Amino acid sequence: MVAAPLEAPKISVKDLRLSYAGKQVLNGISFEVQKNEIFAVIGPAQSGKSSLLRCLNRTIEFVPKAKASGVIEIDGLNVDAIKNVYELRRRVGMVAPLPVGLPLSIYDNVAFAPRAAGFRDKSALDALVERCLTQAALWDEVKDRLHSLGTKLSGGQQQRLTIARALSHEPEILCLDEFSIAIDPVTTMRIEDVLKELKRDMTIILVTNLVQQARRLASRTMFLWNGDIVEVGKNDVVFSNKPQSQKTYDYVNGIFG
Amino acid sequence: MFTETPLVRRKARAELVAKCVFGAMALCMVTPLLLIITHLVWEAAPLLSFEFLTTNPTGGMREGGIWSALLGTIYLVTVSLLIAAPVGVLAAVYLNEYARESWFTRVINLAVVNLAGVPSIVHALFGLGAFVLFAGIGRSILAASLTLAVMTLPVIIASTKESLGAVPLAFREACWNVGATRWQTIRRIVLPNSITGILTGVILQVSRTAGETAPIMFTGAVFFKKVPEGDIFAYSIWDQCMALSMHLFTITTQVTDAPKALPYATAVVLLGAVLSVNLTAIVVRSYLRSRKKW
Repeated sequence: MVAAPLEAPKISVKDLRLSYAGKQVLNGISFEVQKNEIFAVIGPAQSGKSSLLRCLNRTIEFVPKAKASGVIEIDGLNVDAIKNVYELRRRVGMVAPLPVGLPLSIYDNVAFAPRAAGFRDKSALDALVERCLTQAALWDEVKDRLHSLGTKLSGGQQQRLTIARALSHEPEILCLDEFSIAIDPVTTMRIEDVLKELKRDMTIILVTNLVQQARRLASRTMFLWNGDIVEVGKNDVVFSNKPQSQKTYDYVNGIFG
Repeated sequence: MFTETPLVRRKARAELVAKCVFGAMALCMVTPLLLIITHLVWEAAPLLSFEFLTTNPTGGMREGGIWSALLGTIYLVTVSLLIAAPVGVLAAVYLNEYARESWFTRVINLAVVNLAGVPSIVHALFGLGAFVLFAGIGRSILAASLTLAVMTLPVIIASTKESLGAVPLAFREACWNVGATRWQTIRRIVLPNSITGILTGVILQVSRTAGETAPIMFTGAVFFKKVPEGDIFAYSIWDQCMALSMHLFTITTQVTDAPKALPYATAVVLLGAVLSVNLTAIVVRSYLRSRKKW
């Protein structure tokens, strides 16, 4: 299941530091993510989980007064050295905590990214939209109204639309930031099944507040606390009775946090 | 528990008093407008006709219509908006979508706010100095329109920024996350969803520009001028022109023996034009609300 240990990591983060207007958010964290694994990041609010994702696709550059240092490598390539940042963002798909249906039709929502990348072929776009919506487990519900507004869908549907949009640019890495906080358990379960499928094609980073979700889905989990890594390791260690840190045990078992 | 205590009665009384006082204040606002309109139309009635609009003033501005003044105002408003709207909207897009917080943008924002507070007579002197004399345009529709444009720019920038800001940040982030550039995001998401609000802001500036007298007095408006009746291309932008607001000022203060209905009729036309433009803005805005996409 987990990629062979000798294989080069998909993502390697070294001594990543981040501050917003002088306020330290990440205190020099280092970890690696293997290819085709689901890598979970858990931790309470304000521990720097979302900020970490923003660094991965360099949308951190849109945050005023954010200062980052350290090295992030994807397939051995330093992301800061990438000239075409838009290509980087297509390679690293991102799903935000709250579902965002763009004020466009369902079809245009999914076709947005390919079009922005200069993709114009109508029949290929049709096929792509159908494939992404199917992958996101939304196709059957919307196939008859692809040209109605994406913003008018229900919350759970919009979240799957967001995932379909993230898949539309065929990312190698898919980051999900607490994708389930705005949707019901049944929809969450459906999306979780989707993620297990997607793992074959891409590397998934799952930021979640739900400890059990990390346990169910991930092969490895990282526990962030106030911008520091408390523990990172295989799930059968992190969620065992004897993780490396007592704090992890307490958090995972609901003794605090 | 559900009985009416003295406290409950007191609260109900206070509620009633508050409602009446606030309602009366709201009525105070409407009354002057209604009184102005009825009084104006009443006094102007004998002169109001389509001919009044389409004939030049005659007999030392004591007879005839207001054609050259009406056309002049239309020219001034149109040309000034053609200048101010593109500059203002694009500047606002820059300030709202591109500019990062820095001393430079702070200075620009400060300038916008303060420019909006400059009295119109000061704009008039600036226009005279900068456009008429320094730039050598001379007293003309163009110089007057440029002066009016400088005056409306800050308001257009402010209203456009407000419309752009009403588009949620989450939409922009979603676009950036899938590898769209800022411009693609602006063109596909931000502008289509704020354009109606932007236009409303621009339209509302028409009424303000049409009513201004001071800025055009030194820069391009004249007391009297005859132009071919019925020809909407009668003026060139290098010409001086008459304007409704200034014409109204002239016939009330300088031409003392003009028939009483004449200034009233002029005022009705000016007010009618302004109100109908405002009505357009209201219709556009309600259309925008009904089509809100999220």
